[in-house]
Amino acid sequence: MVAQYHHSLRFDVDRCDGCMSCMRACPTAAVRIRNEHAVKLADRCIDCGECIRVCPRAAIVPLTDQMADLSKFECKVAIPSPALYAQFDSEVYPGMIFSALKECGFDDVESVSPACDAVTIATEIFINEYRGQYPLISSFCPTVVRLLQVKYPELVDQLLPVLAPREVSARAAKIRLAKETGLPMDRIGAVYITPCPSKIVAILEHPGMQQSHLDAAVSICDLFQILASAVSKIQETAYKIDPVESASGLDWSFVGRLPRSLPAENTLSVAGLPNVMRILDDIEKGRLRKYRYIECHACPEGCIGGCLTVENPYLARGKAIKLQQSLPAGCMVDRREVETAYRKKEFLMDEYLTGRPLRPLDADISRAILKMKERDRVLGELPRIDCGACGAPSCRAFAEDVVLGDADNELCVFFWRKELETRIEQLASLVRIQRHTAGGQL
Amino acid sequence: MMQEALESTYSILGRDFANAGRVSTQIKDTLKRLGVHPAVVRRVAIVSYEAEMNLVMYATRGKILLNVSSEEITLRIDDEGPGIRDVNLAMQEGFSTATPEMREMGFGAGMGLPNIKKNADEFNISSELGRGTRLHVVVKQTP
Repeated sequence: MVAQYHHSLRFDVDRCDGCMSCMRACPTAAVRIRNEHAVKLADRCIDCGECIRVCPRAAIVPLTDQMADLSKFECKVAIPSPALYAQFDSEVYPGMIFSALKECGFDDVESVSPACDAVTIATEIFINEYRGQYPLISSFCPTVVRLLQVKYPELVDQLLPVLAPREVSARAAKIRLAKETGLPMDRIGAVYITPCPSKIVAILEHPGMQQSHLDAAVSICDLFQILASAVSKIQETAYKIDPVESASGLDWSFVGRLPRSLPAENTLSVAGLPNVMRILDDIEKGRLRKYRYIECHACPEGCIGGCLTVENPYLARGKAIKLQQSLPAGCMVDRREVETAYRKKEFLMDEYLTGRPLRPLDADISRAILKMKERDRVLGELPRIDCGACGAPSCRAFAEDVVLGDADNELCVFFWRKELETRIEQLASLVRIQRHTAGGQL
Repeated sequence: MMQEALESTYSILGRDFANAGRVSTQIKDTLKRLGVHPAVVRRVAIVSYEAEMNLVMYATRGKILLNVSSEEITLRIDDEGPGIRDVNLAMQEGFSTATPEMREMGFGAGMGLPNIKKNADEFNISSELGRGTRLHVVVKQTP
């Protein structure tokens, strides 16, 4: 039985013309072209959004929430990803964006920096007390978590079981607002302002948690224009004096900044899926045991490079660093309080993360071996140029599809060329025979 | 009935650091597609990676022969190279003849062979000075 997975992308058949851009870009070979349209293999897709980046026809629609969807909540609180700030010029202070978010229809905004600081402290405590296998792998990026579950299931136990800042922040916001408004928790909607679609999956599937504290996610790119116009009407001076975010909170939005308090020689930071996969390959081979913690971001440069942001990630990084210089550097939470809460398990996941490896060639190893031999035989007859005309990203993937009964040999254009050559040859010999019998009179 | 087995041979060149580690990645991917238990995949990944790196670092050239059946995974690693002078010494944790250059790259902690043995259910090593080294490793399918 194939498990049902939630996904945060939808392929729009009307817009898709089967150009193969997404198929070529997909890092897990989860796209096929069938009848001139792209289709997604649900068990392989890890919601990284690489297809969204490359689609020239905007045919891949992220299933993030729209502002209109949020009206079911009596009180809506925005939890901005720290990547949001890096989309604006560095003179636009977080406080101004808070006001703009309220203009856009949110009742309140929760600063994410205290949660970031608290999670950093919780991470340090966890790592210092951890006695299992190293390195620990960061779990805040839902795409990285899904990647491990699907392609590296034996490494799932090494995912850091500490909650992501967005979850801690959403929980804090709801507790605060329930007190302030008197509303029950389920009438308060915690809405993540997200740089990528994978947060939607994290809300729906809440890996490692019984339930997500977040209720919805609206994309940065959907909100950007209306936020920018609201920001342009705000006088900046007041917000410089009363900062709502800290420099360390912004650290979470780009690669290489976490956790600063661990000795640098014991940590690694990596961003971009191909790079993350290389590092995970090395961990599987037992190479990186001397590292204690590896920070993994699926997007290039980190969350600021999310596929639902608007700014070039390298420019965004520059803006974030510049903005950080004008924000307070200190920790926004009390270390003792965090330690006490940590002992009450407030920062730890409450469910085990489990792997869900890709369906192998066959559930029975002996039969899988037979199928792999057959796959290699099919592959031997293919041109191995990965042209994609059959609708699979590589000859190897195609051979596997054929063996699994998901594709037919005849989809390969080279198969047809061979077939045609054989028939031409047959026809030619037929003509020769006829010539011969006609005594050369033809 | 003959037991179904998959056999593959991978060639490796000594000093080919640009491609070092690729064979063990391929072996790992093959086992995953066959539905081998993740814990077993990991042990074989460690064995094949350590063996591949030893081969790249010390030998002139060599081959890894992979045999997978529903019972066990066998790796035979044959190399042409200088061989090992004292196999018992080489099996000791921390013993290494790595050059400073190899250590610079993060190898030579003297854990390669001990790690292979630790992750193997059966382990055999033989070496001839001036000729090469032969490893025979079996990892059972039951984790």
